[in-house]
Amino acid sequence: MSVVEQTPKPYSRDWLLSDRPTSRQQARLGRAYVIWRRFAENRLALLGLGIIILLLLVAAFADVLAPHNPVQGDLMNARLLPPGSAGYWLGTDDQGRDILSRLIHGSRLTLMVIVLVAVIAAPIGLIVGTVSGYAGGWIDAILMRITDIFLAFPKLVLALALVAALGPGIENAILAIAVTSWPPYARIARAETLTFRNSEFISAVKLMGASPFRIVLRHVMPLCLSSLIVRVTLDMAGIILTAAGLGFLGLGAQPPLPEWGAMIASGRRFILDQWWVAAMPGFAILIVSLGFNLLGDGLRDALDPKEAGQ
Amino acid sequence: MTLTDTTAATRRKRSRSSSTGKAIFRFLVTVVTTFLGLLAVTFFIGRVIPIDPALAIVGDRAPAHVVERVREQLGLNLPLYQQFYFYVRDALTGNFGTSVLTTNPVMDDIRRVFPATMELATIGTIFGALFGIPLGVLAAVKRGSIADQIVRVVGLIGYSVPIFWLGLLSLVLFYAKLRWVAYPGRLDIVYEYTFTPITGFFLFDSLVQGQWDVFWDAFRHIILPGALLGYFSLAYISRMTRSFMLNELQQEYIVAARAKGLSETRIIWFHALRNAGVPLITVIALSYAGLLEGSVLTETIFSWPGLGLYITNSLQNADMNAVLGGTIIVGSVFIAINLLSDLLYRTLDPRTRSR
Repeated sequence: MSVVEQTPKPYSRDWLLSDRPTSRQQARLGRAYVIWRRFAENRLALLGLGIIILLLLVAAFADVLAPHNPVQGDLMNARLLPPGSAGYWLGTDDQGRDILSRLIHGSRLTLMVIVLVAVIAAPIGLIVGTVSGYAGGWIDAILMRITDIFLAFPKLVLALALVAALGPGIENAILAIAVTSWPPYARIARAETLTFRNSEFISAVKLMGASPFRIVLRHVMPLCLSSLIVRVTLDMAGIILTAAGLGFLGLGAQPPLPEWGAMIASGRRFILDQWWVAAMPGFAILIVSLGFNLLGDGLRDALDPKEAGQ
Repeated sequence: MTLTDTTAATRRKRSRSSSTGKAIFRFLVTVVTTFLGLLAVTFFIGRVIPIDPALAIVGDRAPAHVVERVREQLGLNLPLYQQFYFYVRDALTGNFGTSVLTTNPVMDDIRRVFPATMELATIGTIFGALFGIPLGVLAAVKRGSIADQIVRVVGLIGYSVPIFWLGLLSLVLFYAKLRWVAYPGRLDIVYEYTFTPITGFFLFDSLVQGQWDVFWDAFRHIILPGALLGYFSLAYISRMTRSFMLNELQQEYIVAARAKGLSETRIIWFHALRNAGVPLITVIALSYAGLLEGSVLTETIFSWPGLGLYITNSLQNADMNAVLGGTIIVGSVFIAINLLSDLLYRTLDPRTRSR
């Protein structure tokens, strides 16, 4: 007797959730669908995703969206106008520049900082962690010692000292933040690697004659990625805050760049009478880093149900 | 018991006693290498990254022989490993050079400003623990409720808000508009010359000397920056408390306590929280270390004459000796707190002892 199985329509819900996928692609899409459903259950996480998508859109279309020039103001008629003034929704700063336009263009700088720090720090952490975890022995001991030394540093203070030596500027700030943020990634990648370095599929690949280099690159690293992505997303808020802090101290982006932290610093002088000059950029920082925190939390719950709710 | 069993037992015993020795040895190695690494990094930042520290001191218009003499005085003509040796030797004796800005030895400056930072971080941690732990317990007990969501959002905002911005806004509100707190600084100018500190912790000093007006004034100055730092430690502590408590509340001894008929209050506050308390100590210690760092930005806002303000002031005047000396001190305190909390955890949690 044979059970007649109805093959579900491709790309339908049943097809995605089928426990007997007929192709690799179906299995992959099915997994992605399950993760997405878990993620989408969480309203706050969706809110976070929305904020980040909005940030990306604003940064992409900054030229179209910004009503005024972000660096050149109208000193004659538009100095320190309060929010809600005609044509200047969020008010203007001491140089007559529209704060909304500066915030919109500043989103590009924020995005640049995040992306560059992630692109520099995450691969360093991934390589150090996987190599150290897979190799073991003295390589592991040395690499982890170095990681611990950098972990022992207070992040902001080390970044401050680095920028002091390198000279202020947004590139150096990015470099300094990247140097201070890779150690946790190395720790995570190593811990992940240790959980499966002695498992059978690694032995199988080894038996087939794969070199250690190939094993680490093709078989170990991909498995570390999901927890690394979660951690990087959760760190984004911290990166934004550190960059803003450096900008606030005058060590990050230099004027007239519309960096949010530097904007707060320039508004500090007028804080008592024209509060909006310093307040508005702070709201932007708060909203964006809250978005990343919500997104990261949601991703962690979705990708790692064991830890959900912890 | 057979012969092989007893030999195995003695071997186990011997390996255990040697493993304690090994653990202590490993602990010492960790301390030494971490501290050396800290010095290596600051050495690298101070001596290797700038093109020429001698030029930084005399300026690029100085004649060649002056530059040469300064190079010799700084020991820059020596090989790098010798320079590093002298650097480590100096650092171990507390000699970080002279501050260009204050013309004092950097160590003296740091000794003067450090109590201010510690007082602030202590108040912040007390605030964070006092509110963070009950909030975390509440969130764990009422998991999934509105209260849990509120605690979560309050915590997440703590993770997301720029501290210097919140500080500025709170100054506008509580000092400028409402007049509830005193202006930035540690004391009113009136007291700055009449009050002689003993330890540098003004709240403590004024209490010991029985000067209530000074105490009240110091309190009015510290409450806002302290509460602000406390909010950040609250965010961290409440989140960790919640997760530890959730873990404890699932254990079987909780079921047993309920079956015995103990009241829910007693179960939560005496049985579960006590067991969650051990890892919590580590968390509180770490948040204390974090506040020492978080004070860098807070102190600039509140003109708090501590280590953070000292470092940022020196930074803005290109005073590298002071910056690096401050970095080494903050880093060392960081390492010390980490190790201490680790030790504390080991002594308090019996499960880690036998291993």
